[in-house]
Amino acid sequence: MPAIEELTDAYERYVLDNEDGFVDEFRDRLRDFGGRPTPLQRAERLSERYDTEVYLKREDLLHGGAHKLNNALGQVLLAKYMGKERVVAETGAGQHGTATAMAAAHLDMPCEVYMGETDINRQRPNVFRMRLNGADVTPVTAGRGTLKEAINETMRDWATTVETTHYVLGSVVGPHPFPAMVRDFQAVISEEARRQIREQTDGLPDSVLACAGGGSNTMGAFAAFLDDEDVSLHAVEAGGSSLTVDEERGVAPNSASLSTGGEGVLHGARTRLLQDDDGQILESHSVSAGLDYAGVGPELAHLVESGRVRAVNVDDDAALAAFHRLSNMEGIIPALESAHALAYLERVAGLDGPATEGSSGKPRDEAHDDLGDTVIVNVSGRGDKDLETVIEETDRREIEEAPEMDVFTEGL
Amino acid sequence: MDAIESAFADGPAFVPYLAAGDPDYDASLEYVKALARGGADVIELGLPFSEPVAEGPTIQAAVNRSLDAGMTPDRFFAFVEELDVDVPLVCMTYYNLIYRYGDDDAERPRAFVERAAKAGIEGFVVPDLPAEEADPLREACDEFDCDLVFIVAPTTQGERLDRIMSRVSGYVYVQARLGVTGAKANVSEQTGQSLDRLAEWDVPKAVGFGISSGEQAGEVVAAGADGVIVGSALVDIVAEGHEADEDAATVADRLEAKARELKDGAVAGAQRTPRPERT
Repeated sequence: MPAIEELTDAYERYVLDNEDGFVDEFRDRLRDFGGRPTPLQRAERLSERYDTEVYLKREDLLHGGAHKLNNALGQVLLAKYMGKERVVAETGAGQHGTATAMAAAHLDMPCEVYMGETDINRQRPNVFRMRLNGADVTPVTAGRGTLKEAINETMRDWATTVETTHYVLGSVVGPHPFPAMVRDFQAVISEEARRQIREQTDGLPDSVLACAGGGSNTMGAFAAFLDDEDVSLHAVEAGGSSLTVDEERGVAPNSASLSTGGEGVLHGARTRLLQDDDGQILESHSVSAGLDYAGVGPELAHLVESGRVRAVNVDDDAALAAFHRLSNMEGIIPALESAHALAYLERVAGLDGPATEGSSGKPRDEAHDDLGDTVIVNVSGRGDKDLETVIEETDRREIEEAPEMDVFTEGL
Repeated sequence: MDAIESAFADGPAFVPYLAAGDPDYDASLEYVKALARGGADVIELGLPFSEPVAEGPTIQAAVNRSLDAGMTPDRFFAFVEELDVDVPLVCMTYYNLIYRYGDDDAERPRAFVERAAKAGIEGFVVPDLPAEEADPLREACDEFDCDLVFIVAPTTQGERLDRIMSRVSGYVYVQARLGVTGAKANVSEQTGQSLDRLAEWDVPKAVGFGISSGEQAGEVVAAGADGVIVGSALVDIVAEGHEADEDAATVADRLEAKARELKDGAVAGAQRTPRPERT
């Protein structure tokens, strides 16, 4: 694995030590090409609904519509500094793929993106965008054709072409230095949010919420708050349709590896994984393609184990409801990933699910005990890519906040 | 751990690979025995893992057939016990299966190695375990008298090479070219360069990745290898037999013939170019 040694060396020199002004160029490009800083917006109606000051970190307004550009731009630029001729990437929901394709076009670098066939079918707009930016999109048919298989295939490509190619890994997973490097590129989210909340409220938030699949936006949203011990950090995972594993089929109908997984080794990292008793990796599931991964970043797993970060989860229905709620209450259509983090507000307030005693529309006192008076939610991306999924899934479920979907589904 | 080194002592060793349980438990038993009859000196037996990232499409498909047919670590150990061949067996698998083996209070990875050694496994190849993280497994291997084989890529160099050298035993798996497993038409010219870098290592050098014919086996040995490792070309025979719904005996015969071709090719390669004495 000299590739890993070469990358570690490049990470230390360019990212940590700013050799040749790498970090300066990265920041300039994030500003001019990416559109940073993104706003930290007080959500008026959500604040009223939850009787809590809710602030949204608007990564959906970053160029490309998701936080993924922070990392993709950083890594493609790093590949340039390393003298590589080509980049490869894996993608689940397609946001990392589109971000990598955009960054590669911007920096004039050939780009190939591996994507599971299932994900290609449920994220077509992102496939088009990658192609428009000049990237090759290669379907992966193995397994269930989702992110896990795409990662395997990208690793195989990289193993074959390592001398000329950099692997732009899309999350805080894989072997060192990837988890640390991706976190550093994403940390701009919490660096900005921390400064912005102080400007707006003269203080720090009580809580920060971020959805967690692989964990890149999670680590990005938490990084600058890790030393602020009074700020509680919540990683919201995809509870899918159930937290119970289907042992017979080898499927976990969720992607909640922090909440329900066990310790193991996958893709070059020791972390928490969805696996069976033998250590075989389970197929995960989430209505959100971007969260659909059986593992999670090792540093995030460690932060959960040490108690610094609390791992929670919400199910597919709750995420869909939150998607519609933010769309019609605040005029922001969030990525299904981000909708998980938003759904947790509802959960804590005791407003999710059918009305029961104690959830009559008024927040419970314990909501404040849990999240406090000021909450930042990382809106990791925008939901345009998820519209087809949301329309189909909403149509076959009962989601209270949702408008009628049959007007759309006729055309699908 | 002497069994494996001994297998390399008398001329070039032929080291075939099959995924245990491919396409099913009973047929696979016959296939592995056929390799032994065909002249295998050491056999690498794959314990299938759901994420075989070091493998190309051929072995990936084999792994999936075996998993679909119900292979588990415990069935693998039963398989090894039932095999009863007079050839040293090396378990090739991924670290998570080793790491997770045993009940809640099991000492890991010791529990796996203890069970494997009891079943008759003499060594391990773990493609996703870097030398830097291998000490717990190395210690368990020492305790149970097993070898730990490492893969050296054409690009492996410097300190990493030294770390591998200090931990490897049995043989070193020399990757003939960059990439993942899979039969290829030409033996890479990287092979000779890779062998040169390891010339001083006091452990047999077995070359794998892309070898599919007796001719190629001979070339690799002539280039200085102490052995040849062949996987995909044999797995192809299993896959073809499975797809054509042939009976196990027919496929086993074909495997035995292919094994003999590869072994004979390796021996011929050694005769073609006299090899320097290994110190």
